[in-house]
Amino acid sequence: MTSFLDFEKPIAELEARIADLRETAETGIDIDADVARLQVKSDKLLRETYARLTPWQKTQVARHPERPHFKHYVAGLFDTFMPLAGDRAFADDQAIMGGLARLKGRRVMVIGHEKGDDTTSRLKHNFGMGKPEGYRKAIRLMQLADRFGIPVVTLVDTSGAFPGVQAEERGQAEAIARSTQQCLELGVPMIAAVVGEGGSGGAVALAAANRVLMFEHAVYAVISPEGCASILWRTADKAADAAEAMRITATDLQRLGVCDRIVPEPMGGAHRDPAAAIVSLGDALNAELDGLAGLSADELRRQRRQKYLSIGGI
Amino acid sequence: MSWLTRVRNAIPFIAKRETPDNLWHKCKSCGQMIFMKEFEDNLSVCPKCDHHERIGPNARFNQILDEGSWRTLAIPRVADDPLKFRDSKRYVDRIKAARATTGETDALMNASGTIQGHRAVVGVQDFAFMGGSMGLGVGAAFLEGVRTAIAERAPYIIFTAAGGARMQEGILSLMQMPKTTVAIAELHDAGLPYIVVMTDPTTGGVTASYAMLGDVQLAEPNALIGFAGQRVIESTIREKLPEGFQRAEYLLDHGMLDMVTHRKALPETLGTLIGYLCEARVNA
Ligand SMILES: [Zn+2]
Repeated sequence: MTSFLDFEKPIAELEARIADLRETAETGIDIDADVARLQVKSDKLLRETYARLTPWQKTQVARHPERPHFKHYVAGLFDTFMPLAGDRAFADDQAIMGGLARLKGRRVMVIGHEKGDDTTSRLKHNFGMGKPEGYRKAIRLMQLADRFGIPVVTLVDTSGAFPGVQAEERGQAEAIARSTQQCLELGVPMIAAVVGEGGSGGAVALAAANRVLMFEHAVYAVISPEGCASILWRTADKAADAAEAMRITATDLQRLGVCDRIVPEPMGGAHRDPAAAIVSLGDALNAELDGLAGLSADELRRQRRQKYLSIGGI
Repeated sequence: MSWLTRVRNAIPFIAKRETPDNLWHKCKSCGQMIFMKEFEDNLSVCPKCDHHERIGPNARFNQILDEGSWRTLAIPRVADDPLKFRDSKRYVDRIKAARATTGETDALMNASGTIQGHRAVVGVQDFAFMGGSMGLGVGAAFLEGVRTAIAERAPYIIFTAAGGARMQEGILSLMQMPKTTVAIAELHDAGLPYIVVMTDPTTGGVTASYAMLGDVQLAEPNALIGFAGQRVIESTIREKLPEGFQRAEYLLDHGMLDMVTHRKALPETLGTLIGYLCEARVNA
C-alpha cells in the first residue's frame, strides 16, 4: 500500500473508493464496470499530477519513504555485488556504501548513500548523512577502481553530510573536498546518478563525474529548500518558494549544464514501481558506460575537468 | 583600511569631518576603544586582546605583499543573476548594494606581486561582500588567480572568508566546488604550490572545497572554521558544543591545519614557506 503525499489527496480518495468497492464485491455484488471507470479516472489524475509537479512536490517525491534506495538498486541492477567496507583509519560509515559489482557483465565500482527505510535501518545508516569516514571510504574505493581500470558508478541520495561535533573534529570539510578531488582525478569513467535527493556538498563529493544523471523526479540543490527559506525568507514555511527559486529539478539542471541525462521514472514516481525504475536506471547507466568506453585516462580527466570549468559560463 | 572605513571615505561629507566614529574603533571582542590610526597600524588587530578583525582585499594586499610590488588582477565577467532569483529582495539588487558598499565586483579579488621578495599571486575573499559567498564570480576569480599564477610561475595563496555558497545562484554555486578543485589540479600539474590561509569565518562549501585542499594550511588566530553551522549542529545533537569548537586552534589540535599564525607574522611565514617550496625554480 503506497503512502500518499499531501498533494496526492484526490488520487488517494479515488484509490480508497476503488478499494471500498472491491471489498463490497467480495460480498457478491458485481462492480467491475464501476471499478474500471474509477481506475481510469485515478490513472489519469496520477498521470496529470506527475506531469506538472512543482519543484517542492518533486522534493517530496524524491524523499518519499518508499522510494527505492541504494540497497534496492544494488539488488536489482547488478548481476553480482561484493560489498567493501571501511576507510582504514577510523570506521565503516553505514551512510555511504560501496563495492564491486557487475552490470550486464561489465565490472563497476558502485558507491552511494543509503538512507534506510525503517526506524532501525534509518538509524543504522544515519539517514544517509555521510561522515568523514564515509567520504574517505569512497575515496579508497575510487582509488581501488582507478588502479584496476574499473568504471565508477555512484548513486546519490542524501539530504547532506552529517552536521555533528565528531564529524567536524575528524574533518568533514576536508573529507568532502578530497572526495570531490578524487572524482576529478579518476582515470576511469565515472557516472553519477542522483536517484533521490542531491543535498549540497555531501552530494557533490560523490558526483563530480563525467556524466551526471538524474531521475525525472530527483532534486539536486546547494541547500535544502527549508534551509534556504529559513535563511533568505526567515521562515522554513517558504520552502516551496525557495525550491522554485533555486532551480532544483532535473529539467532545470539539464538546462544549466549540470545534468547530462534525465532518467524516466514509472508513472507516479519510482516508489510506485521500483522494479521499473531499476530497469530504467540500468538502461541509462549502460548507455552512458558504452559512451565512455575506450576513452583514455587523460581524455576522461580532460572531459571531466572541462565539464566543471564550463558550467555557468556566458 | 577596513571596508567600513572605505565605505565612510566614499561618502565625502562624513569623511571630511572627522567624526568620533571615524577616529575610534571599538573592538568587537573586548569592547576597548582604540584610535583608528593605531588600530590600522596594528594591522586591524586589537592591541589589548589580540582579536583579529576581519579585513578586506585591499588592506590584506597592503599587509602581505611588498610595498610597490603588486597590482590587482581584473575579475572575469560572469552572469550577474543566472537564475533571476528573488526572495524578499531581487538578487541583482543585493549584488548592486554589495558592489556599492565594498567598491568591489565580487567577493574574491586577486593581486600579483612579491612576498618578501618571492613572486606570488594572492587571492582574498571579502566577507563584507555578501558574506564572502561563493558563486560564479568567486569561482571565476579563483580560476583567474590560479591561471595567472601558472603564467607567472608563482604559487597561489588564498585567504578564505565565507559563510559558504551563494544560495541565490542555486546549483551553480555548488558547482564552484568542483570548478575550484579543477583549478587547483591545474596548479599542481604546473608543479606550483597552493597555500591556504583561513580567516574568520570560513564555513560551508568553501571549507569543503578549496579551503581544505592546500599543500600547506594556515589560519589566523581564533578564526571560525567548519563545515556545518554551530546552530545546525546544536539542534542535531542537542548538547552544548565543546570549548573553542571550530576555532583555528581547535582545528590545529585535530590535525586540520599546519599552523595558526598571527597576522603580524604572516608575510614572513609565507615568504619562508614559498622559499622552501619554490627553491628549485628560483635556482633554475
Ligand atoms: Zn580587543
